[in-house]
Amino acid sequence: MSTAEALGPARHLLAARGRWHAAEGLFWLVGLASYFLFPAAHPLLNQAAVMALFALSYDLVLGYAGIVSLGHAAFFGVGAYAAGLATKFLVGDPLVGLAVAAVAAAAVGFASSFLLLRGSDLTRLMVSLGVALVLGEAANKAAWLTGGADGFSDMAVGPLLGRFTFDMFGAVAHAYSLAVLFLLFLLARLVVHSPFGLSVQAIRNNPLRARALGVPVNARLVAIYTLAAAYAGIAGALLAQTTQFVSLDVLDFSRSADVMLVLVIGGTGYLYGGMIGACLFTLMQYELSGLTPKYWHFWLGLILVGLVLVGRERLSGTARGLGRLLPGRAGT
Amino acid sequence: MLQSGAGLSILRRVQDEAEREAEGREQRRHRQGRRMLTILFDGVAYGMLLFVLACGLSVTLGLMNLINLAHGAFAMAGGYVTALLANRHGVPFLATLPLAFLVSAALGALLERTLYRHLYAKGHLDHVLFSIGIVFMAMAGVEYCIGPDQILVNVPPFLAGRLDVAGVGIGIYRLFLIAVCAALVVTLQLALTRTRFGSRLRAAVDDPRVARGLGIDVGRIFAVTFALGSGLAGLGGALGAPILGVDPSFPQKYMIYFLIVVTVGGTSGMVGPFVASLLLGVADVAGKYYVPDLGAFMIYAVMIAVLVLRPQGLFARARA
Repeated sequence: MSTAEALGPARHLLAARGRWHAAEGLFWLVGLASYFLFPAAHPLLNQAAVMALFALSYDLVLGYAGIVSLGHAAFFGVGAYAAGLATKFLVGDPLVGLAVAAVAAAAVGFASSFLLLRGSDLTRLMVSLGVALVLGEAANKAAWLTGGADGFSDMAVGPLLGRFTFDMFGAVAHAYSLAVLFLLFLLARLVVHSPFGLSVQAIRNNPLRARALGVPVNARLVAIYTLAAAYAGIAGALLAQTTQFVSLDVLDFSRSADVMLVLVIGGTGYLYGGMIGACLFTLMQYELSGLTPKYWHFWLGLILVGLVLVGRERLSGTARGLGRLLPGRAGT
Repeated sequence: MLQSGAGLSILRRVQDEAEREAEGREQRRHRQGRRMLTILFDGVAYGMLLFVLACGLSVTLGLMNLINLAHGAFAMAGGYVTALLANRHGVPFLATLPLAFLVSAALGALLERTLYRHLYAKGHLDHVLFSIGIVFMAMAGVEYCIGPDQILVNVPPFLAGRLDVAGVGIGIYRLFLIAVCAALVVTLQLALTRTRFGSRLRAAVDDPRVARGLGIDVGRIFAVTFALGSGLAGLGGALGAPILGVDPSFPQKYMIYFLIVVTVGGTSGMVGPFVASLLLGVADVAGKYYVPDLGAFMIYAVMIAVLVLRPQGLFARARA
């Protein structure tokens, strides 16, 4: 069999996996409709969109590459600070801010990815948590730049595309986040359905076998981790720009834990998990922290424990059922 | 003549000053040396405390491959037992220590039998999610029941103060810490190598399947070890209460320390975690003293250095 013949079925498979499905269109239509149906909920839905993008980034790391990270907030925080500082000291244009944030977060992700290549899950947990803590401590110490524990809000975000000024109802912010989320989702969809994406999933399923098949394991992991870091950085930048406020809690441990929970609620490894999870999580947070704002983390912990004991697969069955309608989910 | 006399006296004064300065330098060097010894001593005390806090985790991890990020919650329980009994009910500090051990051990046994045992068949992601959930519940629960403030425990008068040994300042409480922890280390090592339970435990860690085949009840060994490890963590929390304090964020604050001790030290014995704890303790104390601005980064520098030089840990065999 010649190479071209051998590649035929593979191309076919990739094309079949990457084909759009009606349910996906429906999903995004609902997202778009929510913008017009609930004008009072713009800030909340904006928060959900940011969370969804952050969870999408974590899905690339956990769901596709199989790296359990305990400090994904590191990249979210770097992006938020980079965008905030770029707006404060360089230009007010939000898209420039996004680019600066993506580059900064990708640089940190690239540098720290090498520490993750060697070692077990435990080492990866320690390193990812350590990187987030180092950055948190650095942001705390560099108070002259970052405002320390108080954070800073004296940034003037310019109009989007030079035309749309951010309003106090959050309508423009919401549309902005939704659009960025959609575009980056399209890119992620292309990536995971490319040969590159398949090889990353092969590494997740069995690193040894992937290496034996000739997949450059380390290079692929560095690449996907760096890409995910850039995504997380953009999510952080969106939060910074739409709330015009950055403080230490963008790097907080609980943010890393939140994104784990979000992704696990929605299900890992099919891109939509993070988005479904983000919607449920934001609603839950809104309801529960309304009841007991101080002790919201207790309920979060209870949900995590319950989720594991009952079985993640079973509890996120509804989300997965929806996921099954959406093609292109990885066989986990 | 007068002039030369004045010149002479100036010369003498300059000589005197130079001598005094040399003397001062000598003294300073001595003082620095002594201070370094004090820091080393404090670091060792802190490192030993870390070992007592973390050793249970390294055994449970080696035995069941269970990543329990909530280990610090048991330490916090012990710390609060001591803090509440000593500060609010006037129980003598030393009497609270065994109670802290027992309460944490009982808590560990209870949670292991009811919740943790369902985790063994699951993957690492589930361990992480579950134990983070426990951490969050413990933190919020303690904050709700006891309050968000940090509680420091006062040590009894005979443990307070400093000794001066050959000019080296030695905190009596730290000396007490080192003595207690060293006794614990020796006891643990002997129990692990000399007793029947210890040899069963080592067999189970080495190869649980073969150990089961030989009729060793690995599940029960694990339950006992988990309880003992939790108890030791509780004892560590109680011993640490006078210098670290206890507050609701304790499990999260020390999570990275436990992870470093276990990762760097490995899970195949007591020696690895012990050396890792000492290294971490000395690095942390010295870093915070000599470079106050960057001291908080010291432990991460140690972590990265070890990872780069010895990715499988200081002593560990490669773990699957």
